[in-house]
Amino acid sequence: MKPLSQAVASVPPSGIRRFFDVAAQLEDCISLGVGEPDFVTPWHIREAAIWAIEKGFTTYTSNYGLFTLRQRIAAHLKSRYGVDYSPENEILVTVGVSEGLDIAMRALLNPGDEVIFFEPSYVSYPPCVLFAGGVPVPVPTDYRNGFQPDVERLRKAITPRTKAILLCYPNNPTGAVASRTTLEEIVRIAAEYDLYVISDEIYDRLIYDAEHTCVASLPGAAERTILLGGFSKSYAMTGWRIGYACAPAQVIEMMMKVHQYTILCAPIAAQKAAEEALEHGEPEVERMRREYDRRRRLIVKRLNEIGLECVPPQGAFYVFPSIRCTGLRSEEFTEQLLWEERVAVVPGNVFGNSGEGHVRLSYATSLAKIEEALHRIERFVDKRRK
Amino acid sequence: MEHDKQKAILEILEQDARTTPEQIAAMLGVDVDLVKQTIRQMESAGIIRRYKTVIDWDRFGEERVFAFIDVKVSPARDVGFDDVAERIYRFPQVHAVYLVSGDHDLRVIVSGRTMKEVAAFVAERLAPLDRVQATYTQFVLKRYKEDGEVYAETEPDRRLVMTP
Repeated sequence: MKPLSQAVASVPPSGIRRFFDVAAQLEDCISLGVGEPDFVTPWHIREAAIWAIEKGFTTYTSNYGLFTLRQRIAAHLKSRYGVDYSPENEILVTVGVSEGLDIAMRALLNPGDEVIFFEPSYVSYPPCVLFAGGVPVPVPTDYRNGFQPDVERLRKAITPRTKAILLCYPNNPTGAVASRTTLEEIVRIAAEYDLYVISDEIYDRLIYDAEHTCVASLPGAAERTILLGGFSKSYAMTGWRIGYACAPAQVIEMMMKVHQYTILCAPIAAQKAAEEALEHGEPEVERMRREYDRRRRLIVKRLNEIGLECVPPQGAFYVFPSIRCTGLRSEEFTEQLLWEERVAVVPGNVFGNSGEGHVRLSYATSLAKIEEALHRIERFVDKRRK
Repeated sequence: MEHDKQKAILEILEQDARTTPEQIAAMLGVDVDLVKQTIRQMESAGIIRRYKTVIDWDRFGEERVFAFIDVKVSPARDVGFDDVAERIYRFPQVHAVYLVSGDHDLRVIVSGRTMKEVAAFVAERLAPLDRVQATYTQFVLKRYKEDGEVYAETEPDRRLVMTP
């Protein structure tokens, strides 16, 4: 047989697969390795989708997505962040941020174009860049300064081939939130070198002790920014696969072309559910956020007591503590913890080299399970403390 | 302690009365002693009335019959319905008493071991009370949700054990 695609073959298999396989078959395993809310989609949203299906909303929609949904997204972004996007031609409803990211890369990149992103990062970034023919350029961030993006390192990473900077705040896996001033500085650099900015803001509503800065709202940002957002995390709607991309009309038109010929449109029932979420979902968003916040404080305090140091994350539902006190590498820690104590976490190195020496714990799990997991982790760490 | 934090303590305890002051302190980012002191204050102010356990008696195998009894009462000068309500709620069989709008005046929830027992209570205790004009009894056939608690099998966690 002829060789398969080099671009696809060049991407290594998922780093969590082997841990997943073990965790899935261990009984009594508590997982802090899940990247989605433990809440089920609020009932009013599910009910609205059921109603829509009953009423016969079972067709294709406009390639851009339902106009009524785009209007609501525009109004929502305007009222929350003061950004102006026209529902006519600057908003595209996507199959989650995952699709938004993919088609953003395909719309932007020519072979060899470089995309800079801060590491540790969400696992899909390098593959999406590679699949689109681009070159991923990771810029490390440090635990010591709370995984804040380092503007000087960013400058050094820029080459004549740099096309875009990809941001994700609040961040998966670190939970870090970049300060407004830092983001403004990044936007200034993007303008200086004429780069696009892709801002994955899927965790925008899960933010604690801080305000979310919508990158597109910063001075000079809108014209070069692709804003990616969605419903999965804020409204506990991961399985609906629904998100959106906002950008200047000419960029959206390019993204729409890829979307049109590959996806056609996002599923209509999910679009109707998203409309309901925007219309009436606010109290539930706040209820879930408050619950995460309580768990966050508890888990951070306990981890620091145990000796797994972590800076309090300000967003998302992850903590990314250092495991230095055990002397183990991320994968060793994960594997031993899984077998010995039946607690699943995600090794930090799957989020890039600068994630080595850390593990990601999700607090999107009931308080009782978090407590039990921490108890087991403490026992595990006590045996290895250096 | 500020009002919002007090409210948060109450919400946490309402969800799980066994949450320890240490846990609450960590969850809210406040001092443990302050949490203990606030809880004590709210206990003595009667805001926290007591701590109880939500039990599914059906599952334990204990038969319990509940009935809603709507009661029509002629009101009296000065006390309205309060004195009759009081005479009713003093019976230990009475689970709850509400003054309600609509066709009837009081809604009483009564429990007993059997339907016969509940019927006897209505006929012998409730109906003969002074100023009670009429009663209208509805037996509960199945309880789906009570005090925010759903009495069905809990939904399993359908998430994959590990996702990025």
